[in-house]
Amino acid sequence: MGVLTDTGRWVRRNLVVIGGLLTLGYMIVPNVVVMVFSFNKPEGRFNYSWQRFSLDAWKDPCGVADLCGSLTLSLQIAAWATLGATVLGTMIAFALVRYRFRARGAVNSLIFLPMAMPEVVMAASLLTLFLNLGAQLGFWTVLIAHIMFCLSFVVTAVKARVMSMDPRLEEAARDLYAGPVQTFVRVTLPIAAPGIAAGALLAFALSFDDFIITNFNAGSTVTFPMFVWGSAQRGTPVQINVIGTAMFVVAVLMVVGGQLVSGRRKKTAVR
Amino acid sequence: MTTTEAPPAAPVPPAAEPAPPPRGTPARRRLVPYWLLLPGILWLLVFFALPMVYQASTSVQTGSLEQGFEVTWHFRTYWDALQEYYPQFLRSLLYAGTATVLCLLLGYPLAYLIAFKAGRWRNLLLVLVIAPFFTSFLIRTLAWKTILADGGTVVGVLDSLHVLDVTSWLGWTEGDRVLATPMAVVCGLTYNFLPFMILPLYTSLERVDGRLHEAAGDLYARPFTTFRKVTFPLSMPGVVSGTLLTFIPASGDYVNAELLGSTDTKMVGSVIQTQFLRVLDYPTAAALSFILMAVVLLVVTFYIRRAGTEDLV
Repeated sequence: MGVLTDTGRWVRRNLVVIGGLLTLGYMIVPNVVVMVFSFNKPEGRFNYSWQRFSLDAWKDPCGVADLCGSLTLSLQIAAWATLGATVLGTMIAFALVRYRFRARGAVNSLIFLPMAMPEVVMAASLLTLFLNLGAQLGFWTVLIAHIMFCLSFVVTAVKARVMSMDPRLEEAARDLYAGPVQTFVRVTLPIAAPGIAAGALLAFALSFDDFIITNFNAGSTVTFPMFVWGSAQRGTPVQINVIGTAMFVVAVLMVVGGQLVSGRRKKTAVR
Repeated sequence: MTTTEAPPAAPVPPAAEPAPPPRGTPARRRLVPYWLLLPGILWLLVFFALPMVYQASTSVQTGSLEQGFEVTWHFRTYWDALQEYYPQFLRSLLYAGTATVLCLLLGYPLAYLIAFKAGRWRNLLLVLVIAPFFTSFLIRTLAWKTILADGGTVVGVLDSLHVLDVTSWLGWTEGDRVLATPMAVVCGLTYNFLPFMILPLYTSLERVDGRLHEAAGDLYARPFTTFRKVTFPLSMPGVVSGTLLTFIPASGDYVNAELLGSTDTKMVGSVIQTQFLRVLDYPTAAALSFILMAVVLLVVTFYIRRAGTEDLV
C-alpha cells in the first residue's frame, strides 16, 4: 500500500510538472518561431512559411521604409509616458498610503476603473473627446492617452511597496534631526525605489506595446505596433522579426544581469 | 417637529473635528495629500472620466459627418446597434469566457509548479513566463499564423489524431483548417492573456504556507483533497484577479480576431473600430462601446460578488 500511494504521489507530482511545462512551452513557442523566422528569406511579401536560411535582414534591420522611424517614435513615447505616469502615480500612491483625506473612496475607484475597462472603450471615448475639442491627433494625443492608462498601474505597484515600509525608519530619521525634505530624499525615496522602478518598468512595457488605444488616437502617426499591424495587411518584412528578437534578447540579458547583481549584493550583505 | 435641535440659548459647542490629523500638524500640512493627488487625479478626470461623458453624449446624437452631429436624445441608436451587432457581442463574450477558462486550466499548473515545486529554478521559470512580453504582442500573434498554417505540422498532427474531425463537428474549425476559425482566435486570446492569469495566481499561491500542506497530510488528507480544501481556497484571490485581468481585456480585443480569424469570427472590438475609424458613424460606435462597458462592468460586479460571498467564505 505504501508503494501504491508513493507511486500515486509521484505521478501526481509529475502531472503538475508536466502540465506546467506544457503551458510554458505554449507560451515560449511563438517567441522561438519569431526568432527562427528572422533568419528566413521569404519568397512572397509575407514571412509566414520557411524558405531558406539568410542573414539579410540582420545585416540591414532598418532596410524597410518607416520601420526604424516608428521604432524610435515608440521608444520616445514610451520614455515620456513612463516619466509622466511614474511621477504622477508615485505622488498619488504616497497620498493614498500616508495621508487621510476626503473622497478616498472616489479616488480609489477612479484609479481602479481604467484597469477594469476594455481598452477599446477607453480608446473610443478618448477619441470622442479629442474630436469634440478639435485636437490634432498625433504624438501628443498618444502621449496623453498612454500616461492615462499607465497611471493606475504605477499607483498599484508603488502603493504595494510604500504600504510595506516601516514608518519607524522615518520617525528615527526625524528623531535624528533630519528635516522633512532630508528624510524623504535620504530615507523614504530609497526604500520606495524598488516599487517605483517596478511601476516605471511596467509603464514602459505597457506604453511601448500598446496598440488599441494608440490606433484610435494616433491619427496618421505610426508607432511600432501600428507598423506591425499595417504590415500584417501589406506584407510582413523579415526585419520585424529581427527587431522582435533583438528586443527579446536585450530584455532577457537585462533581467538576468539584474538578478546576478542583486544576488551578489545580497551575498555581500550577508557577509 | 424640530425637537432634536439644540435650544438657541445654550452655548454652542465647538463643531466636532473630523478626526484630527496625527501629531497636531499645522493646517498647511493637511493640504499636502490634496496637492499630491491633484495632478494625477486631474489627468484621470480629464482624459478618462470626461471622455466617458463625451461618449455618452455622442451615442445619443444624430447627424452626418458633413452637417455635424447634434444631441437629439436618439436612444434608438442603442437598439439598432444591438439588433445589428448582437452576434458579435455574444461571440466576444463567448470567446473571452472560453479563453479565460482555458487560461485558468493551463495557467494553474504552471503557477503551482513555480510556487511549490521549482526550488532553485523558480526565478528562471518566472523570467520565462514574463519573457514573451518583451517581444511586441503583435509580432508574437503573427507567429501563430505560421504555427497554425494550413498543411503545417500542428494541423497535420491534429488531423491525424482526428481531433479536427471532432472540432469541425463542434463548429470550432472548418475541415482541415485551423487558421481563420474560432479555434484559432480563442487559441490566440488564451496565449496572449496567459501571463495575466499566471502572475496573480503565482502571487497568491506563493503566500500559501507550505506547512499547511504538511498539516493536511498529517490529518490524512490525500493530495487532491489537500488541494481542493486547502490550496485552492487560499488561492482564490489570485483566481479572481487573474480571471478578471484575462476576461476584461479579452472581451474588447480585436487583434486576435482580425489577425487569426475571418469575417465569421469578428468580435465587437472590430465593429467599434470599423465604425469609428472607417465608417465614421460615431453615434453607433459610441453606443456599442457604451454597451460593451456596461456588460463588462455588470459581469465583473456579479462575479466579484459571487466569488466574494459564496466561494471565498
